[in-house]
Amino acid sequence: MAQLNIKDRQAGDVTILDLSGKITIGEGSVQLREAVRKLLDEGKKKILLNLGDVSYVDSSGIGELVSSYTTTNNNGGQLKLLNLTKKIQDLLMITKLLTVFETYDSEEAAVSSYK
Amino acid sequence: MPINETIELSIDSNLEFVEMVASVTKSVTSKMGFDEDDASWIELAIHEAVINAITHGNKSAADKQVDVRFVIELDSLTVHVRDRGEGFDPTTLPNPLDPDNLLNPSGRGIFYMRTFMDEVEYSTHTEGGSVVRLTKYKRSSKPQN
Repeated sequence: MAQLNIKDRQAGDVTILDLSGKITIGEGSVQLREAVRKLLDEGKKKILLNLGDVSYVDSSGIGELVSSYTTTNNNGGQLKLLNLTKKIQDLLMITKLLTVFETYDSEEAAVSSYK
Repeated sequence: MPINETIELSIDSNLEFVEMVASVTKSVTSKMGFDEDDASWIELAIHEAVINAITHGNKSAADKQVDVRFVIELDSLTVHVRDRGEGFDPTTLPNPLDPDNLLNPSGRGIFYMRTFMDEVEYSTHTEGGSVVRLTKYKRSSKPQN
């Protein structure tokens, strides 16, 4: 069974990736990386990661969120986060990453925020 | 749960075994009575230590073992994680909070370990390899600085 389940859907020109499971070293991180890469290759540069159903993240998972963010930016896109769990919020805050990402509790607000 | 008990396990350097160590960690923290928050952070810290031992210490060499020893005492849990690597100086690691390093894709594991455990100490094992010792005190027993 895959560590991380990723489903994609569109909200206008924003692609939402609904993630569930674990983003950790190995399979989970790689799955996320490949999913974001695929979107960018398809020209889909407005990406919203819905983390509400992510049960576990380790430092590699946080690193993959960061990599996804920088890769998207470098490709002229925007990557934002939706529905951070308390754990993920704490992990980002501890490493001063909470101010790097744009984060949202509301999908509507998140989708409207893309330029 | 008996006090002053030791649980030891030894795994090959294979990421598939990390979850088994996590299972033992969860079992130990539950029986020791750590609250849910502390237990989950302890589990993450041990997870990070084991991952580091496998990937950095042992360079994922399948024939190199990682030893994990849980020492359960009345007021604390100490976990020793030993690899069979060449050793390293943790003081030379880049600070993940440095603005120049903030967007690095890696380098946060030890920082998380130090954040969630009360003590984290690196040493060289007498028979080779590095050992990281992670200690978490029960809240009422934490030494006051």
